[in-house]
Amino acid sequence: MRLSSCGIGFSRDAPGEPRQEASRLKPLPQSTFLRLLLVALLAFTGFVHAQAIEPMPFANHAQELRFQHLTRQLRCPMCQNETLADSNAPIARDLRNQIFQMMQQGKSDEQIKQYLVDRYSNYVLYDPPLNPGTWLLWFGPLLILLGGAGVVWMAIRKRDRGGRASPTIDSRSSNNGDDW
Amino acid sequence: MNRLLPFIAFMLLVALFGFGIWWNTQHDQNAIPSPLLNKPAPAFNLPKLYEPTQMVSKADLLGKPYLLNVFASWCIECGVEHPVLEAAGPSLGVRLVGYNYKDAPADAKRWLGEHGNPYDLLVADEPGHTAIDFGVYGAPESFLIDAKGVIRYKHIGPITPEVLAKELKPAIAAMLKETP
Repeated sequence: MRLSSCGIGFSRDAPGEPRQEASRLKPLPQSTFLRLLLVALLAFTGFVHAQAIEPMPFANHAQELRFQHLTRQLRCPMCQNETLADSNAPIARDLRNQIFQMMQQGKSDEQIKQYLVDRYSNYVLYDPPLNPGTWLLWFGPLLILLGGAGVVWMAIRKRDRGGRASPTIDSRSSNNGDDW
Repeated sequence: MNRLLPFIAFMLLVALFGFGIWWNTQHDQNAIPSPLLNKPAPAFNLPKLYEPTQMVSKADLLGKPYLLNVFASWCIECGVEHPVLEAAGPSLGVRLVGYNYKDAPADAKRWLGEHGNPYDLLVADEPGHTAIDFGVYGAPESFLIDAKGVIRYKHIGPITPEVLAKELKPAIAAMLKETP
């Protein structure tokens, strides 16, 4: 078992350096395990970050910048709140290597993204494409805003109508539209 | 009606958040829907775990359905899943193919020696390159592949008795009904 590089709430195992004792460990009671995990996480936070990215033999500085720009736009499938650039999860390391190899083969950013989407779905993109499967994601907030505007508009109209009928409001001001 | 409006809005929010809570308990939040579902499994050519000189390809396994189970000795949850596979393996109705993922062969063999070996066939992917084609990002993961080599079902995380009864067995039954 590798102590997670993802954080709390991540339950599946990720491959790490094979450890001999792993197979002999007796399962711990969950609370003890969680406490140990928390302590380990706190103890290693700084050091995990420091070794997140391993040096790679880039052809030139421009390629390195392109690599970093690309991996920042992609989400690690294991640690879904981390980018491929930041994540220390083993699958993120494998995917960084794969992206590096594809860059050496002259693949474009779009080809590399498509390669990952074909295998890990749109989840790997931090900027999801606009298609029938994502329209709610893109337009949902707008729908809620329109709904809210509709409610406000109806409330104002009701108030306006009520205002005209109401004897407490001055009839002179009810015609110029700013009676509230 | 006007006085009820805030209450109705509140109840709508309660319903929305209640649905959110219910929805999150219904599925594994870390599970990424596989874009490979109902598509041909990627081609592979992997050595057998016990006879590394012999290779197994996708073509070799065509003709009969199988459950490809991604596991590793470093994976704690695989130990949770293993007794389920051992008990259910012979009655599944499909071959059980073990996919040893990013593991040292010696560790894998020792782990199988301790936990038992329910697999009809075992392949090893020590570097983990082929696993990227399958969209694997951790272990355990399981793929149900039909006689034509199409992925019919995927499960991320351990196969528990519940998953076995509610998802895997019905998926196998549906597949065998269609193409025996």
